[in-house]
Amino acid sequence: MGKKLNYGEAICSGFKHLLANYPDVFCLGQGLWSPWYVGNSMTNLEQDFGKERVIDSPVSELGCTGAGLGAALSGYRPIVIHPRVDFFLLAVDQLVNQAAKWRHMFGGTVSAPLTVRAVINRGGEQGAQHSQALHSWFAHIPGLRVVMPATPMDARDLLISSVLCDDPVLYIDDRWLYDLTEEETDVVETPLQEIGPIRRKEGDDITIVACSHSVKLAIQAAQTLSKEGINCDVIDLRVINPLDIDLVCDSVKKTGRLLAVDGDWTNCGLAGEIIAGVSEDSAFRSLKCPPARVTLVDAPAPTSGPLEKIYYPTFEKVVTVAKKLVNDGL
Amino acid sequence: MAFKNQFKTDGFFPGLGKLADPDQYHEPIQLDGVRMETALRFIDKMIQIRCAEETIANGITSGIVKCPCHLAIGQEAIPTALAPHIKDGDKVFGAHRSHAHYLALGGDLFELFAEVLGKEAGCSRGMGGSMHLISKENQLFGTVPIVGATIPIATGAGLASRMNGKNEVAVSFLGDGSAEEGVLHESLNLAASMKLPVVYICENNLFSSHLHISLRQPADSIARYADAHRIPTICVDGNDVAELYHAAEEGIRICREGNGPVFIEAITYRWRGHVGPSEDIDVGVQRKDGLAVWKMRDPINRLWRAIETDQGSTSERLDAIWKRHREECNTLWQKAVQADYPADQELLDRVYTNLD
Repeated sequence: MGKKLNYGEAICSGFKHLLANYPDVFCLGQGLWSPWYVGNSMTNLEQDFGKERVIDSPVSELGCTGAGLGAALSGYRPIVIHPRVDFFLLAVDQLVNQAAKWRHMFGGTVSAPLTVRAVINRGGEQGAQHSQALHSWFAHIPGLRVVMPATPMDARDLLISSVLCDDPVLYIDDRWLYDLTEEETDVVETPLQEIGPIRRKEGDDITIVACSHSVKLAIQAAQTLSKEGINCDVIDLRVINPLDIDLVCDSVKKTGRLLAVDGDWTNCGLAGEIIAGVSEDSAFRSLKCPPARVTLVDAPAPTSGPLEKIYYPTFEKVVTVAKKLVNDGL
Repeated sequence: MAFKNQFKTDGFFPGLGKLADPDQYHEPIQLDGVRMETALRFIDKMIQIRCAEETIANGITSGIVKCPCHLAIGQEAIPTALAPHIKDGDKVFGAHRSHAHYLALGGDLFELFAEVLGKEAGCSRGMGGSMHLISKENQLFGTVPIVGATIPIATGAGLASRMNGKNEVAVSFLGDGSAEEGVLHESLNLAASMKLPVVYICENNLFSSHLHISLRQPADSIARYADAHRIPTICVDGNDVAELYHAAEEGIRICREGNGPVFIEAITYRWRGHVGPSEDIDVGVQRKDGLAVWKMRDPINRLWRAIETDQGSTSERLDAIWKRHREECNTLWQKAVQADYPADQELLDRVYTNLD
């Protein structure tokens, strides 16, 4: 038995691998010299690799993200860290208008190997501006790869793949996963282009599709449902842009039922995109009932505790909707 | 009420004064310290830029050019004076009005024309148009039209330069309008606090689109923002190629020696509209009356008169330079018009890096 790592430690181990093996990698962002900002995911990196390569920045999301892009265009592989997705919105121009389009608008002649790491940090009555995910927004943008790891080893290896990829990548991790543990395996450097959805649990009755923290909910739900004789096929998307829908379609052909679970809002969101992808495929003909989705309630995140309980998807909600699909057909 | 510290609300930083007065600086420039060989190279380059811009302007008027073009006629001196100080490894970033930056640094004229026309032979393979120019072999790392967007990017190129220890510098061309974007402040703060080798060159042409600076900012000097960040500033006549040449040399030297960023403000005036070929005298206040007088500060004319004073050159010699560039522009323009568009599959093939 190898050592167990939790999700946060696994991210940290990915940073260590990158900084130790790739002199062109450096980190820039707010709070990197403080354990307060990014949990245990970057602990002591500035001591191991120096403050020249692990740079705690001024409070300038836009300026620092642009600086990361400029360094990426100048031969480096920067990782710009935003400890909260919400604050990262101040930097969107540099990722969406600039980095994502740089290669295309300059004729495919230049690469922008910039990785932006944004952290979903919600719950605990943090409210509307300290709780957002927004990955669906970013997955809308051609040229921007969006990575959403669900497990500790993926959190490590997909970080490595993101940084070694020549395209700009938005890597989003979720503080609600930081305590999830997994046995440590050897690092495998896989080109990000080759990473796609995988099946986390095998079953014939219903396909549940998710990414990041929603995969945890899907697996918990599947465990509960299996006790009631309902077997779930759980698909973890891992990379949500570009989105590869093939495995989901194959699964739906087998199960005939589709439930998309996503920790983002409903309208124009990832869950809807999954259903659309299946609907356009021949898998649509295999559906025994309309597909369904479990997402955030379409409201800003509340602060009040009881409202928070209603707001976020839970594995109980996934169980309820899945049972409806299997038992009642809707 | 007595305060422990009382600050004035004016007088921190001088305004532009005579530099913003179009009645000033009509005389020939002083060539002190600029070799005649260099001066002749400057006149050649500035005339090439103006001929290229006029050729593109004609293309817009005739309807063959569709993409938005922001012409730099009247502002040719600034990148021309900078270019000789740029070395391999340096990284220059432009903005929306960057044809002159591209050509001054040595970008290929035919590839500029082809790019403006959206052709595969263009410097960005026809994918970028006028506003997305690149010539990495000439240290131009990219130009984009989102106002202020390349300011932090150039700052990051400066960070890369500091990290690699090769005494390279980054250059950020920006306009007076971009000083109204918060990212200038973020970038100057970052560069100053990290001592990054970035030369910020503000081409202050007093207008952002149709709006004069007096209607946008409480003072007309952009260098005051750099001063607030403890960045050394140099403010020069942007239509005096010799003064600019010395300013760029000094600014780049300070950066290259590891002393952190420098801010150069060059006062100039654009002769055409914010976008497109017309003189744009009907779209904004103060523009109609000023343009004719500002043309008396023509950077090409003032340099040529200085050369004549020194060399006794004849107007035939000047005419020959114009003729040569006009002919070259005509020839290359026709070639660009005939060139092929990108193949359909490039629309998708250039989005992501492909694994071989």
